[in-house]
Amino acid sequence: MTNATAAVEARGLGKRYGRRWALAGCTLTIPAGQVTGLVGPNGAGKTTLISLATGMLAPTTGTVEVLGGAPASGAGQLARVGYVAQGTPAYAGLSVADHLRLGARLNPRWDAGLARRRIEELGLDLRQKAGKLSGGQRAQLALTLALAKRPELLILDEPIASLDPVARREFLQVLMNAVAEQELSVVMSSHQVADLERVADYLIVLVGSRVRVEGGVEHLLATHHLLTGPRREAASLPASQQVITESHAGRQSTFLVRSSEPVIDPAWTAEEISLEDLVLAYMGPAATGSPGIRTLEARP
Amino acid sequence: MIWLTWRQFRPQAAVAAIALAVVAIVAAATGPGIAAAYTSSGLPDCHASCGTDASNFIAGLNRLDLLLYLGSFLLMYLAPALMGIFWGAPLIAREVETGTHRVAWNQSVTRTRWILVKLGLVGLAAMATAGLLSLMVSWWAGPINHAASLSSGQISGLVPRLDAPVFDARGVVPLGYAAFAFALGVTAGVLLRRTLPAMAVTLVAFAVIQLLVPNLVRPHLLPPAHLTAPVDSPIGVNVNAGTGQESIQLARPFAKPGAWVLSDVITTPSGAQLPNVTFTPSGVELTVLPGGCSGAFGPGLTGLRACRSVLAAMHLRQSVTWQPASRFWPLQWLETGLYLVLAAGLGWVSVAQLRRRRAA
Repeated sequence: MTNATAAVEARGLGKRYGRRWALAGCTLTIPAGQVTGLVGPNGAGKTTLISLATGMLAPTTGTVEVLGGAPASGAGQLARVGYVAQGTPAYAGLSVADHLRLGARLNPRWDAGLARRRIEELGLDLRQKAGKLSGGQRAQLALTLALAKRPELLILDEPIASLDPVARREFLQVLMNAVAEQELSVVMSSHQVADLERVADYLIVLVGSRVRVEGGVEHLLATHHLLTGPRREAASLPASQQVITESHAGRQSTFLVRSSEPVIDPAWTAEEISLEDLVLAYMGPAATGSPGIRTLEARP
Repeated sequence: MIWLTWRQFRPQAAVAAIALAVVAIVAAATGPGIAAAYTSSGLPDCHASCGTDASNFIAGLNRLDLLLYLGSFLLMYLAPALMGIFWGAPLIAREVETGTHRVAWNQSVTRTRWILVKLGLVGLAAMATAGLLSLMVSWWAGPINHAASLSSGQISGLVPRLDAPVFDARGVVPLGYAAFAFALGVTAGVLLRRTLPAMAVTLVAFAVIQLLVPNLVRPHLLPPAHLTAPVDSPIGVNVNAGTGQESIQLARPFAKPGAWVLSDVITTPSGAQLPNVTFTPSGVELTVLPGGCSGAFGPGLTGLRACRSVLAAMHLRQSVTWQPASRFWPLQWLETGLYLVLAAGLGWVSVAQLRRRRAA
């Protein structure tokens, strides 16, 4: 994909700390105009990728462009990108009102009305110090700050990882409303697939700095099938069916296959697969021999 | 950005304002008394041989004034260090520690501007605080410093204003120290990224610099004055009544009021320093008598004559190196300039480091 206005475009992107590569040779394109979920196991490089895309880090190798520009390359570029960092930091000694004033002073496109409306909707006390807010409230404050900046792209790094289920649901609700109201591309990383399932249109599974699978959520769900039937080898399946995982128990075999054609073999029971199971299947280590294939040998 | 910097700096600014107010109140309460005593001592109109008047003035000060005078050194030494530790070190390190730099760096303001505004505003505040403190202390202690500089020797342990620690605690140098200590704290914070270690490093590094500069750098900021004179005859002979120890007074004390004496030695023709010499308020004394002088001081002058010819044959010379009292302001400005250049260098390191490494 060579889309000049991609939200994020990484080419051979790498970041090394001493001898350890936190991200190596990462090439990916995150499309604009969608809510993209970036998912992967811990250590896959999600946070490093996001830190590079927001200009918090400088790459060791390769390049990354955000909305066609170098990350954090100037005030104009910074104004186009909103960022909610991991742990949703806020100035503990500053009040909610101070944070809004901070946003107003430091952002030319600041939407004061939007910021005030959101804070009212959330029921936050303007005089409350950010250090005294609950985790959920602080996450909402960070999100408000990023949204009222009126960015073209909003990047969120595990924004709700440490929140309880209620706060998590509320956060995602606010995010979805904002996406509906504002013309906004969103990139959100998480290791909680269930969270992404509620908001993401597009999904990228990142494992070991590499894109294991990517695509529209609907498309991914429509092209993956869980097949259960009498025991047989993966090699005996039709070529159009790419085996992602296989498991065998006694005389029964289960395959997760990717196929753009419908599965019509009557020997099989075909099931829909949940997004979570699909992602988990891709997140496991690849089996030797065929890349992208993972074998689960269940004991009979 | 200015608003945010001010909003974050407000608590520290309040502490500084309170400290300045306390110093102002103490100075206003005790300063006029000292000034009145100074006027009535006749020192303002004294132009020559003012040592006695000066001693009388110092002796007339009360215990509290002398305590405050000593306290002024503590204050002026501590203030820049404290500003380096509590204003400089946390400036960036605390943001990185709490992750708030991720908030700051993702507003529509480049991080170069972010750090320049923070460095500039808080740095100026540190310099202004040190400047105000020095102004008040220098005004308050002015009469005492002046009296101490009038006498060629030391009065009650008070040193002239060109000597450490008075030089370090007066005039414009505290501005330079404050700017430097602040920049040192910021740089330590940027490099270490953690507040407490940065504070410790700032304290240690600043203390080391403050020890090294007065001893190794300040004497050479301006070429010092030299004087070498032959010492060929004893001025007199002293006999310690208790031990019976004899000593020869070789020369009168170096009599330049307010001068900062860097070295004062007796040398032999080969250039070697003569051992067994002590410097007393009454002059330079030789404590171990050369052969021909020892036991020569009986009644009559024959022994003294013999000793005199022995000393003349030794061709001794007294060599003095000093900074004259008139160098106070030139040295003040030079040292302030030096510290400001160092501070600017450290500031540049901080900015370059943040721009280059983009701390995560």
